[in-house]
Amino acid sequence: MIHQNSLFDTELGELKETVLKMGILVQSLIQKSVDSLKNQDPKLAQNVIDDDKKVDQLELDIDEKCINLIALREPKATDLRFITMAMRIGTDLERIGDLAEDIAERTIELGNQPLVKPLIDLPKMAQLAQEAIALALDAFVTLNVEKARLIWAKEKEMDQLRDKVQEELEEIMAKDASTVKRALPLLLTARHLERICDHATNIAEDIIYVVEARVVKHQGKS
Amino acid sequence: MSEKIEIKKLNLFYGDFHALIDVNLGIPEKRVTSIIGPSGCGKSTLLRCLNRMNDLVEGVRVTGSIKIDNIEVCSPNTDLISLRQKVGMVFQRPNPFPLSIFENVVYGLRISGTNKRSVLEEVAEKSLSEVLLFDDLKDKLSDPALGLTLEQQQKLCIARVIAMRPEVILLDEPCSTLDPIATLKIEDLMQILKKDYSLVIVTHNMQQAARASDTTCYMLLGEMIECGETKDIFTAPKDKRTEDYISGRFG
Repeated sequence: MIHQNSLFDTELGELKETVLKMGILVQSLIQKSVDSLKNQDPKLAQNVIDDDKKVDQLELDIDEKCINLIALREPKATDLRFITMAMRIGTDLERIGDLAEDIAERTIELGNQPLVKPLIDLPKMAQLAQEAIALALDAFVTLNVEKARLIWAKEKEMDQLRDKVQEELEEIMAKDASTVKRALPLLLTARHLERICDHATNIAEDIIYVVEARVVKHQGKS
Repeated sequence: MSEKIEIKKLNLFYGDFHALIDVNLGIPEKRVTSIIGPSGCGKSTLLRCLNRMNDLVEGVRVTGSIKIDNIEVCSPNTDLISLRQKVGMVFQRPNPFPLSIFENVVYGLRISGTNKRSVLEEVAEKSLSEVLLFDDLKDKLSDPALGLTLEQQQKLCIARVIAMRPEVILLDEPCSTLDPIATLKIEDLMQILKKDYSLVIVTHNMQQAARASDTTCYMLLGEMIECGETKDIFTAPKDKRTEDYISGRFG
């Protein structure tokens, strides 16, 4: 149903668009950061680091929009939950942007040293992270809890892949200590990607709160 | 939490117009309960049922039950004077009598036969203290009440109710003529008063209901749609109609 004050609906729409814009930007940063690592492309990595500033600015824009909406429109019920969760989602997306930047920094650290192993699982993890974020954004825009819940399956898959990558890298480092300096950036990248998926899970929990007014955070998923 | 007032299957007709439809509601003791809803939904009518003020309206017919402390209010045998002593009412506009501040506070006591000066003085001081007016007005008790600010006039009206030692105080849009600061002061006063009295407030101001009440009830077209903890009603109402109203998507 349309709000009695039509400007309020317009402002809510603008907030949603900003969150979506930020989500699409961080998705592209994940892709670029992992590509920079895979192709050992420091220019692309620097591009990710530079673009993270845009993500930071979008987080500030979202905060400002939310604070203005709360102060001026006195939202209630679903509107209130939507606005407060949009602020939290902004924070999660900003952290995802930082993690993409961290991956780009690993690329720069590695420079042109040969990789300790071909990158097969890390790109898979990057793909999973992007899928999780895409689901989160779709669920946010459509307020669809079923889509939000699909993210938990991605998170499980992500954890398994991270464990696999970690085991492989530990084995490589155990066999030849001279690989440690080159293996660690990959190990950290796996950790960063896994954290990205955790943030997507946070977003899913926030969406469930918006739609169902039910807190699932820290309570086991259901 | 014990219930001070229990309303069951309450129906009210103004002639052919069915103004309250099967209202069921429990009003907790020593808490602030607000009734919200669009104009004409029946919230003031419901409030006026609690001390039988609707009896004054020609052609009104009431069925169902209202019990205060398990005593039926709707019974023809109910003593209306003692009911209205127990259930006091404050109206939209402050309505002090054209008398002194002192005489306004003790007016109810005088008409019920108490004239002993020391008793009246004691009650006036206590009642004005409870509404946080005594310190400001103690040297002006003989001044005309109509010379007070609107906020002071409304507090004086509350003091006049309190002087009769009620158990329930009904407030029908008590801040609608007050400025925002005076409104907040009356709301603060309600928080103090709820320690001793059960308060029921009808308000159009949803922020006021959110700020000042512990329980909020939403009415629409004569029906009680939803009643619950205020924080739940304003963050996660159960009924779509409540959600639409409080989020401004009504109509």
